[in-house]
Amino acid sequence: MNFFNEDSILETINMIRIHNLDIRTVTLALSLRDCMDTDVKCVGEKIHEKITRYAQYLKKYADDIGTEYSIPIVNKRVAVTPISIVGESCKKPDYVYLAKILDKAADEVGIDFIGGFGALVEKGMTKGDLLLMSSIPEALAGTKKVCSSINLASSKAGINMDAVNKMAEIIKLSANYTAKQDGIGAAKLVCFCNAPGDNPFMAGAFHGFGEPECALNIGVSGPGVVRAAVESLPKETPLGEVANKIKQIAYKITSTGELIGHELADKLGIPFGIIDLSLAPTPAVGDSVAGIFKAMGLEHAGAHGTTAALAMLNDAVKKGGIMASSHVGGLSGAFIPVSEDAEMIDAAANGHLTFDKLEAMTCVCSVGLDMIAIPGNTPNDTIAGIIADEMAIGMINKKTTAVRIIPVPNKDVGDNAVYGGLLGEAPIMAVNKLSSTDFVQRGGRIPAPIHSLNN
Amino acid sequence: MTTTNEDKIVITILGADKVGIVAKITAILAECNVNIEDIKQSIMQNLFVMFMLAKTGEKSVPFNELKDKLNKAAEEMKMEIWVQKKAIFDKMHTI
Repeated sequence: MNFFNEDSILETINMIRIHNLDIRTVTLALSLRDCMDTDVKCVGEKIHEKITRYAQYLKKYADDIGTEYSIPIVNKRVAVTPISIVGESCKKPDYVYLAKILDKAADEVGIDFIGGFGALVEKGMTKGDLLLMSSIPEALAGTKKVCSSINLASSKAGINMDAVNKMAEIIKLSANYTAKQDGIGAAKLVCFCNAPGDNPFMAGAFHGFGEPECALNIGVSGPGVVRAAVESLPKETPLGEVANKIKQIAYKITSTGELIGHELADKLGIPFGIIDLSLAPTPAVGDSVAGIFKAMGLEHAGAHGTTAALAMLNDAVKKGGIMASSHVGGLSGAFIPVSEDAEMIDAAANGHLTFDKLEAMTCVCSVGLDMIAIPGNTPNDTIAGIIADEMAIGMINKKTTAVRIIPVPNKDVGDNAVYGGLLGEAPIMAVNKLSSTDFVQRGGRIPAPIHSLNN
Repeated sequence: MTTTNEDKIVITILGADKVGIVAKITAILAECNVNIEDIKQSIMQNLFVMFMLAKTGEKSVPFNELKDKLNKAAEEMKMEIWVQKKAIFDKMHTI
């Protein structure tokens, strides 16, 4: 093909230079199931050897390809088998030690984050799962690049309320262990319902069951590009046409990701896994999902109509992405993290966007309650209630939902939590002060829902 | 040797029009053994924009080296330059 069209060339360049189009992450997903051993030191050595062997060229090759196409590849990451399973083989498991090994390996190969310090406990917890969960606060406080995720619920298994209660306590501790940094430990920890095993985004990336030995999963972003496309339409354009425009842009973004993903996978000599087109905002001006709501015609994120706008956006992104790649996976859709999105921060700071509205929005977004700072003195049982609500939304609607909230130590409504970089900053949001204690402390499991009679 | 898309690059130069832009860029391409297949230029929104389709071969310098030289030249001319493999445009704008 001898395609040489000036308008198309300029469109691509402007997507990158003005509207922040980027490859958000290239994530090497790697099985560590062959690293089990009865001796935890041996497990550590095997893990370290395998990660550094497979990921040694990830950063270099990703940087090379980024240069060749002049498109930023922002993050290089590794996602591994849930560590609870790998460490469980040890006579004396030491999960904090394994977290430090992951961090060391990540540091040596120059990647940004490593995910998979987690467990899948939607139906129950093994001894290893419990040990791992208990070690999370210390592990996250003692490492820089390790991310943790725990799957607490699924549409097929229901909600493990004992695990929900446990994680409420762990979230609080993780924040307290990192109090000087506004509880950043909790920002590296996410609780899931229906967690996908091929998600390249953090904090929730891990290498799931049924996945191959290794694969390259790629996450593409571009809320700024979508916003610019919507803004280019006349104000009176019907919503169906707006959705179509979003689909076209999503197609273009995903195609680019697919190209980069295949090229990098070939270069690394590993299979290409999936592409995840998720509109993941950054604190950069214009790179905002809430900005898309404004472009659609809402005064600000949080206005009545926001949930509808998000539903349309999320669906159109998936439809456009599906057309561009045979293997779309991960979370694919629109993220609504508060601290990482300048317009969301603004809406929350001005009281337009409340916790309850965010919860409603998670019914139709691609993940869930994300990067929300709440008062540090929020009771554990209230946090458990928040998690249970979010898990219920995912379980009933057969979608992935997640909770990444930060009870910011020694801060309250009116204060700001500041993390910097891609994690941004967030105003502390008020949560409902009524007690959830007697409900969540019943524990046990909320049964899986019926999958017929849908209404 | 058959030409594949992998060999093709697109060079885009943007900025205020001045004498010698084409000369400077083409001299670098010649020096780096890169063959020019097509050139288009226009004024868009008071900005000079030039597009070049070029083909690298076995005798061409490595991509990074070529890009560094072109970046340096553009910087001297106070122009913005984009050097990209052509596949990104093919993939993004065709179904």
